[in-house]
Amino acid sequence: MATTTAPEVKAETIPIYIMGKRYDVPDTLTIMKALEYAGYQYIRGCGCRGGVCGACATVYRKAGDYKIRTGLACQTVVEPEMYLTQIPFYPANRASYDFESLEPTPESIYKLYPELFRCVACNACSKVCPMDVEVLDYISALKRGDIKAAAEISFDCIQCGLCASRCMGEMAQYHIAQLARRLNGGKLTPKAQHLQEICAKIEEGAFDGTLTELKGLDKDALKKLYTEREMEPAMAHDSWKPKSSVGLA
Amino acid sequence: MPYTPELKELIKRVEATRAERVERKKRGEEVPFLSLDERKERLNFHPDFKEEGRRPLQVGPSKGYAIAHEIADVLEATSRVAPDKIDLSTPAYSTDVLIIGGGGAGTSAALLAQEHGAKVIMATKLRHGDANTMMAEGGIQAASKGDKDSPYFHYLDVMGGGHFTNVPELAETLVKNAPDAIRWLEHHGVNFTKDADGRLATIHGGGTSRKRMHYAADITGAEIMRTIRDEARNRAADIQVLEFSPAVELVLNEHGHCAGAVLYNMETEEYFLVKAKTVILATGGCGRLHIQGFMTTNHYGATADGIVLGYRAGVPVAFLHTVQYHPTGVVFPEQAEGILITEKFRGAGANLVNVEGNQFVNEREPRDVEAASIIKECVHDGKGVPTPTGRLGVWLDSPMIEMLEGEGTVRREFPGKYILFKRYDIDITKEPMLIYPTLHYQNGGLDFQPNGATCVPGLYVAGEVGGGIHGANRLMGNSLLDIIVFGRIAGASAAEFAKNAFKDGALHLDHVVAYNKEVVASGSADGRVSPMLIPMYTDERVRERQLTAHYVGNVR
Repeated sequence: MATTTAPEVKAETIPIYIMGKRYDVPDTLTIMKALEYAGYQYIRGCGCRGGVCGACATVYRKAGDYKIRTGLACQTVVEPEMYLTQIPFYPANRASYDFESLEPTPESIYKLYPELFRCVACNACSKVCPMDVEVLDYISALKRGDIKAAAEISFDCIQCGLCASRCMGEMAQYHIAQLARRLNGGKLTPKAQHLQEICAKIEEGAFDGTLTELKGLDKDALKKLYTEREMEPAMAHDSWKPKSSVGLA
Repeated sequence: MPYTPELKELIKRVEATRAERVERKKRGEEVPFLSLDERKERLNFHPDFKEEGRRPLQVGPSKGYAIAHEIADVLEATSRVAPDKIDLSTPAYSTDVLIIGGGGAGTSAALLAQEHGAKVIMATKLRHGDANTMMAEGGIQAASKGDKDSPYFHYLDVMGGGHFTNVPELAETLVKNAPDAIRWLEHHGVNFTKDADGRLATIHGGGTSRKRMHYAADITGAEIMRTIRDEARNRAADIQVLEFSPAVELVLNEHGHCAGAVLYNMETEEYFLVKAKTVILATGGCGRLHIQGFMTTNHYGATADGIVLGYRAGVPVAFLHTVQYHPTGVVFPEQAEGILITEKFRGAGANLVNVEGNQFVNEREPRDVEAASIIKECVHDGKGVPTPTGRLGVWLDSPMIEMLEGEGTVRREFPGKYILFKRYDIDITKEPMLIYPTLHYQNGGLDFQPNGATCVPGLYVAGEVGGGIHGANRLMGNSLLDIIVFGRIAGASAAEFAKNAFKDGALHLDHVVAYNKEVVASGSADGRVSPMLIPMYTDERVRERQLTAHYVGNVR
């Protein structure tokens, strides 16, 4: 039941050290594929394999170099003399809250996450982030009370937890950022009026008749309507209106 | 790795035609869309239409139905564990609603079931949120702008995209509930891209007649997933999550109701029972089966487990003969192979261009037509761009977007993809991307009703595991919509079933015993077991040396 699609490997092999133990792997592989090449089978530490889920955070050093480096195992290509380990899980404190009643104020965040003020601005969090999120910047924005800025700066966060693993203030920055984004998206940003309007019309049953009619059409009649439907031009402005009001409420 | 000198030379041909293509676009001159007849002809190049790619099922409720060999392989297989070994007398957990799958559909279902008063257990194979939802990029459709759009036009587009084969009631349910799904997500704090007044930004997707694709930069799915997951975590008292615990069988009771599941702890390797008043399958799709050897955009756990479980319990499959190949998967650099390049690039105006630097198809055809066109261009017409490892692809001309919408647009609208390529020293604001179709979505799945119910009382489905909404081909932005709309519906329906219709009774796995017998009698199993749980990527030479390792299917 082999399901690999990996092409026959003809590349040069290089030594990497998985948790200190040497394996020789093709130099074209990502860390994730190199581990599988070496014989590992993932249960933890592997999720989307596409760089967005945060399951495969990896910490590594190069021989003779003091610097801590990080990357996502599914995205980072192996390099010679890489000493690596994955951190599939890191304990983190997450506050529980009732989103409905929570005021979108900095004080709400401070109350849930008082450890925010343990930040000493060492910047280890930003340096370790495999997504290049300026973690310290969003933490600083929150300390200033700017929830919107924190939401925007943290937007590319994949919640891998590496920031929390390095924090001198022992906070879990990414959970705090999640709260900031929700407050921003759900409470600080104006609601879409047009959405409320069409939802109300749907609830009133404004489209029930036309939809029932469409459902009852035979394939040819439906194809005709489909082919003749008016297309919003690709470069049209948002204020574009169709010529006919058929099908609209 | 950056583009090789050979590829850089070929990129010059794309650059040579770019200015003119941009001018044409600005003038509104598009490559004409194919007519319905031309679409039909073009689809002969689609992998679904390869007769040698499929075979009729020899067992189960849809016996005789021809589907891809790779899916047939997991259906024509016996259970991972002998049913008589499972102790059904002592459940490790009991709950009202058991949800199998921790992606967008499962999480939406959990929230709604909880709001309807149910205690919920969500069992997931990987972590909560490790799912294709997290990877969806482009957007979520809904007719939210009533002055130019409505469920009427959304319905027409859904049906046309699905080649008019969709189940009408499912398509209707999808489009009618779409605006409310967006409102629900907005309410829970999803940061949709909006203007200062809160008006949602919307763009086209392939096959849309109106711009109704809502998005959150280019990580729409991740933004939705992390937001609703966060809300589920706030309700941990009622929603218990069991991670690394996939279901391997559904359990029925003496009344024929689905009343729980056998789960497998992937870490301690124990099997255990969860008893429930109702079960929701929200296990997603099958990309990791690598149908016809295609690379995939799907997450590690997309191995069609839910289809196997439901089918064994007696639910037929529908539309499973069609599988969606996303037109634009990364084909270079090799390290990123198969990774999804959101359709939003094409919605924003980027052309598809062949090795000669010429357009060969409108970039906004429905996905199957677009994918078939790329395969035709590369494989049949010899106009593909060769990669250093001997694959073929075509260019997706992202730098055009900078010329159409202004410098900085690509970085602002596609931060995820900009970073991805930057890691390989490719600047997609200046250089096009090399792409080829990649296995993306299971159009079909278990047969179900608009309220999420299957033919087995107490068994509901939500999301990609179900079939019928999208007919033979799903449009962009209707999958994120599907998981929210039908996740919420299944959650509410299941909670009501648990309250009002559930009948307690003796548990059994007779259906598994019978199914195993049928598989063995048909001679189709060839020793295979399923569900697969995880794909096999361990190097074959290593496996040959693992002399004392014990594999059950792919799991060591």
